[in-house]
Amino acid sequence: MAYHSGPDRDGSNDDGGLAALIYDPKARGLLFQTIMLLAVIGFFAWILDNTVSNLAAQNKKSGFGFLDESSGFQILTTLGTYLIESRPGVATYFDIFWIGVINTLAVAVVGIILATILGFVIGIFRLSSNIILRGFATVYIELLRNIPLLLQILFFYIVVLRILPGKREEGYTLFNGAFGLNIEGLFAPYPVVREGIGTVLLAFIGAIILAWIIAWLAKKRQEATGKQFPSFWVGVALIIAIPLVVFHSIGEPMNLEYPRFLNAGDELPNGRTASKLQAGYDIKLGGMVVVPEFLALLLALSLYTASFIAEIVRAGILAVPSGQTEASKALGMSNGHNLRLVVIPQALRVIIPPLTSQYLNLTKNSSLAVAIAYPDIVSVFAGTALNQVGQEIEMIFMMMMVYLVISLVTSAFMNWFNDRMRLVER
Amino acid sequence: MKLRSAMGALTALGLVMTASAATADTLADVVGNGSVQCGVSQGLPGFSNKDDAGNWTGIDVDFCRGVAAAVFGDAQAVKFTPLSAKERFTALSSGEVDILSRNTTWTMTRDTQLGLNFAGVNYYDGQGMMVPNSLGVTAATELDGASICTNTGTTTELNITDFFRSNNMSFELVAFEKADEVVAAYDSGRCDVYTTDKSGIAAQRLKLADPDAHTILPETISKEPLGPVVRQGDDQWFNIVRWTLNCMINAEEMGVTSNNVSNMLNSDNPGIKRLLGTEGTFGENIGVSNGWCANIIEQVGNYGETYEANVGANTPLKLARDGSVNALWTQGGLMYAPPIR
Repeated sequence: MAYHSGPDRDGSNDDGGLAALIYDPKARGLLFQTIMLLAVIGFFAWILDNTVSNLAAQNKKSGFGFLDESSGFQILTTLGTYLIESRPGVATYFDIFWIGVINTLAVAVVGIILATILGFVIGIFRLSSNIILRGFATVYIELLRNIPLLLQILFFYIVVLRILPGKREEGYTLFNGAFGLNIEGLFAPYPVVREGIGTVLLAFIGAIILAWIIAWLAKKRQEATGKQFPSFWVGVALIIAIPLVVFHSIGEPMNLEYPRFLNAGDELPNGRTASKLQAGYDIKLGGMVVVPEFLALLLALSLYTASFIAEIVRAGILAVPSGQTEASKALGMSNGHNLRLVVIPQALRVIIPPLTSQYLNLTKNSSLAVAIAYPDIVSVFAGTALNQVGQEIEMIFMMMMVYLVISLVTSAFMNWFNDRMRLVER
Repeated sequence: MKLRSAMGALTALGLVMTASAATADTLADVVGNGSVQCGVSQGLPGFSNKDDAGNWTGIDVDFCRGVAAAVFGDAQAVKFTPLSAKERFTALSSGEVDILSRNTTWTMTRDTQLGLNFAGVNYYDGQGMMVPNSLGVTAATELDGASICTNTGTTTELNITDFFRSNNMSFELVAFEKADEVVAAYDSGRCDVYTTDKSGIAAQRLKLADPDAHTILPETISKEPLGPVVRQGDDQWFNIVRWTLNCMINAEEMGVTSNNVSNMLNSDNPGIKRLLGTEGTFGENIGVSNGWCANIIEQVGNYGETYEANVGANTPLKLARDGSVNALWTQGGLMYAPPIR
């Protein structure tokens, strides 16, 4: 270990003995760092050993073999059960895990989109010169962000259940019964796809690429000649029109299965008549359902998070010096252009980093779903399945990994977005 | 300096962790704490529930008080921890509670794979179903297509799934974490059926807006032997818990009650002498005082007394004991304890 600090500066003893090594800052640093490292390794080794021996003392199983075993319980109809086999006795615990992950993602993704839209609107209201809009936004923000989220979730759930008509009633309907809303949830048409739907998807992707090319060309032309082109609206029109034309020209490879409402006494497919209990919407006969548990959770999560996003948006807009607006007005820009081309791009730089943590909060808060029976990963995997299998360490570890991966992917995406929006310094 | 304080903190943390590492000597931990840590439900009238004065009452609560009476001679030396069905086993295996007395069904998986030991049965139950009268349902086989509210993390989820599968019927299961939310959802009409153990239905029905507008269906779709649970790997503690239950049942069979126990201490009956510790060293053999069982009976009562006080015919639950499986074996029921000898 040749850790001499070179020629001795104060010219005192340099006989290379142990004493010199002790007074050598590098050697001393190395020694303590090694001790520290060993202590940390020893600490974790001790935890691991303790865990293993405690589990063995309690005769508990360990390992991930349980994932292949079949589960014996039913799960509430949700996006996860539409996408993954969930029949009791057929579905394995690994399927249950994925159903939970999908349900968590579903409420998180839709919640983030809704919270962002609502948060931007409320945030802009908060800065409005209209006193009613400003007052509404202020009351909204102060009310929602100061009440615990769990209470809001329970409140919305009970309110949703109490407001909606009972399950034997058709409830609120739209489009001649294509959509129906009662206490059992929101019933909607179910798309049944046939061969050829892939072509429509390709046409959709093609249209997006085409719209992007047009926007790029229009930008080039504007930079060169100053002529403007409504590339946004043209793009929207293309993205809607091209897939529609393809869809019709290849013989409509998808049709909608509408929800069916049964009255007591109606005939069932098996020839019997529906009992009083069977009256109501029946998704086995067509259509699909969005359960009230999802609706209540989504409502609570997005309204709550929107109140935080609104304040972030307000802060971002106020962070843009008013001289910027004055300058763009002096250049003759309209209000819309000013907002879209001058204020918002600069505000986004302030908004994006705190927005990321709100997105992460919303995702993690979705674990409160267990309170109102929405089968997210905490409820279904770390709840029901954990109670049947009893391997806390493995299952909680898997669940933590899910949240970690979702959060890391979200922040990676937002960091990428932030980099794009950042001021380009020359 | 920084390094040294970090090392110090790490060492201290290590010491703390060593001290709290799970040991197999639960009795020593309990004596050290000065109280029994007892896991109960979050509120199930008759079994474990807080009364208006904030005191825990119920047949499961009385059982924990019995264990405290056996260990400390003081039935009040108990700390109750309300647990949801979902978190109860984790709380027990992590050592947060020493004994789980929370209307928990004895099943093979729980007894083996989950690393738990059931000390016996203090209530023989079975799963039932409740429906609103307005549906006109009279039998469980008429429930095809029903939506069902229940608790998550219980055997009820499995039983109801088995029942509907074996009868080739479809259903929708809405599973909540807390019993109060199940009742609220059922009461608001989210579900057609509320299912749990029959004793639980009798208790939760009292919380409905109009209890008389609901019927409990006659079918019992499962066996639910409910009893106290401890961790595997500590036979001494297991023995104390098991024999607390056996003491209460044997006392009832021998006619020893909380009222007459002080007279019974002078009894010449050798069985009663062994029960109350005036003969033999049965208490010392399981690590408590010889008067352990006398303390239990004096401060808590025998099994029959706790049954009648908490769930019996004269309580709001009105679960009559005569002729039911919960009667003593001498009365045609299943309550039977091995002898103390």
